[in-house]
Amino acid sequence: MFDQTGFLPTKKLRDFQNKIQQMAREKIAPQALGVDEKEFFNREVESLLWDHGLLTLTFPERYGGYGKGRTVALCLAVEEIAKVCASSSLLLIIQAVGSFPIIHGGSKRLKQNYLPQMSKGRKLVAYLVTEPTAGSDIASIQTTAVREGKEYLLNGSKCFATSGGVAGIYSVLAKTSEGNGNSSFFLVDRESPGLSIGRTESKLGQRGSNTTEVFLENVRVPAENLLGREGEGFLMAMRDFDMSRPAIAAQALGIAEGAFEAILQFIKERHTFGKSIGDHPAIQTLIADSATLIEASRGLAYRAALLNDEGKNNTKFASMAKSFAGDAAMKITTDAIDAIQVLSGYGFLKDSQVERMFRDAKLTQIFEGTNQIQRLVITRQILKESM
Amino acid sequence: MFQLDEEQRLILQSVREIVQKEIKPQVATLEETGEFSWDVLRILASNDVLNPLLPRQYGGVEVSIFTFCMIVEEIARACASSALLLITQAEGTLSIVLGADESLKERYLKRLAGDSQVLIGVSVIEPNADSDILSAPAKAERCGDHFLLHGNKCFVKNGSVADFLVLYANVDRSEESHGIHTFLVEKGIPGLVNKRDEDRMGMRGSIYSEFDLDHLVVPSENLIDQKGGGFSNSLKTLSASRLFTAAQAVGLAQGAMEEAISYARRRAQFGKSISHYAPIQFMIAEMATGIESARLLTYQTAFLFDRGEWKKAETHAAMAKLIASDTAMKVTTDAVQIMGGYGYMKDYPVERMMRDAKLTQIFTGTNQIIKSIIGRNLTGMS
Repeated sequence: MFDQTGFLPTKKLRDFQNKIQQMAREKIAPQALGVDEKEFFNREVESLLWDHGLLTLTFPERYGGYGKGRTVALCLAVEEIAKVCASSSLLLIIQAVGSFPIIHGGSKRLKQNYLPQMSKGRKLVAYLVTEPTAGSDIASIQTTAVREGKEYLLNGSKCFATSGGVAGIYSVLAKTSEGNGNSSFFLVDRESPGLSIGRTESKLGQRGSNTTEVFLENVRVPAENLLGREGEGFLMAMRDFDMSRPAIAAQALGIAEGAFEAILQFIKERHTFGKSIGDHPAIQTLIADSATLIEASRGLAYRAALLNDEGKNNTKFASMAKSFAGDAAMKITTDAIDAIQVLSGYGFLKDSQVERMFRDAKLTQIFEGTNQIQRLVITRQILKESM
Repeated sequence: MFQLDEEQRLILQSVREIVQKEIKPQVATLEETGEFSWDVLRILASNDVLNPLLPRQYGGVEVSIFTFCMIVEEIARACASSALLLITQAEGTLSIVLGADESLKERYLKRLAGDSQVLIGVSVIEPNADSDILSAPAKAERCGDHFLLHGNKCFVKNGSVADFLVLYANVDRSEESHGIHTFLVEKGIPGLVNKRDEDRMGMRGSIYSEFDLDHLVVPSENLIDQKGGGFSNSLKTLSASRLFTAAQAVGLAQGAMEEAISYARRRAQFGKSISHYAPIQFMIAEMATGIESARLLTYQTAFLFDRGEWKKAETHAAMAKLIASDTAMKVTTDAVQIMGGYGYMKDYPVERMMRDAKLTQIFTGTNQIIKSIIGRNLTGMS
């Protein structure tokens, strides 16, 4: 059923991957150092991603979606792009994450209204969940949505919103009542009065992505902008994780592969000096361990993605994939700097790609649930299965 | 075991005050611009902290290597770049103290006395040509009463801002690495061309410069090690700088752990402070254990230097550098992890500390080379 890479079941997916790979290498790679250095959101890359249908992959097919196998397709695209530029790959992930509550919770009418606007009108979505005091603890959000006739009135502050300042649409999590099961998602337009963008954060890595605060002050949305039913917000966020965590794993995998390629390239160049650096035990350990971690990450990431596409519970595998691949990417990029430093003396410098990859990798251990939280999720799932 | 005497206690106390009051507040800006901070130099110099190792006879305070390590650690706790400034001065000073004759010492060491802001630039010692494929090693030819230096020097610490440089060059290539000689070179003389300063991932407040040596004329009296022994002296200096790097890494790790603990106490999730949760406690426990062991090995090594046990000190310095820098990398990475999204943002110092820590694994010999050195010294195999 699968080819040698493990999880490419169809020719359609293989062709898709090849096309993205070529596009990423030719068009995205050359701008990676620049967006990192200047820390800016590259609209040209965004256009390129729209052109290739990569920002609507998880949409229903008639609105530009990939169709069957969409989670695997998302992961493949993210992986290929992350090999050359993690920031650009993050745009795909956050687009899928932000549109999830709309696709899975929006009424038919709402979707008919918004999905064409988003795909044809090329609108980015941001996912407004995290707040200054609510990170992994989603249930403790303070943003409120109060029903007033045919509208909801939203108030609150969101932070660390990826694409926060460049999005046209927001999926906002807000409390609709006190007590458990109290939160709900809402679709909010960028133009809504009362919605404002706070400051843009300066970050260690993935600096080509846009991260901002977003404030909601007496923002009124029509009642039909409620995504799903009242109180379904937490559950929907958890289901969203089942898709996004394999995608983060794919991003970490791509970053690790990018760093690994850089090491191999340096080793090959060293051959031209007539001495095989590959015979050095420290380099052998590095190559063997990195390649093993990469293949194990790939196995977990695509297994989790495939289960999601098959409609099966993948929560455990999604968390395993995300934490394993994130830790692996951190280790491989950390070691890659040393290796290139040993070989050329230049690993630490800004014009080496690996120092950026090292900074980019750190985020994969943090977002979409820190790797500490992932271990909690894995253990809970295992204990639940064994009941 | 390590009891501080009254003098050490007072020195460290005053260093701590200066760092916390005057240096810490400007670290973020220093780092953002990636430029050299003349203000930090002024603060360190005017408080007599810039050259603690300078011998008394040349107007210095002449603290022990152990005390110096603690000073470096204290500064690195807040700002690794500023600590590197002291380390570079110390490397330059040691090169002169160990090798130079009296007249050269008089001429150069006296310039460092008191509140002097004179800076020494130090080129990287490359005893292992294998790790240096990009730059042709600098070569020196003897021509009558002077030397003619050619080649390229990269990673010269403090290079573009220094007043004079300590440069290593090969005199007789047939002698291999043992032909390394050390020169004192005045800045601004013809033939010494500052090509560029490197743009680095971390320790961005420090300067690394690349120089071309183009028919650089250096008078013979500026050769340190007139009587030979240049290689063994430069190895001693290199060992000392590994020890100082260890002290810097310990301080860096300590600073990052303090930030992480203070954040973990403040940050509440799921109804209580995250410092209650086992995964956070485990990370902090590993941080503290790593830091204490690295610190003890560093202090132990410092004592070996103070007692003049150079041979043993060389292996110990390599071990201290290895464990301290690996600990700093792990501690700073975990500090970012504990602080989550906040840790990843430039508003908090731990992401900078993580970038700074990477350099401690690399300079004065990458940890891969350091392991080879330790292995060779212990097995007696070359």
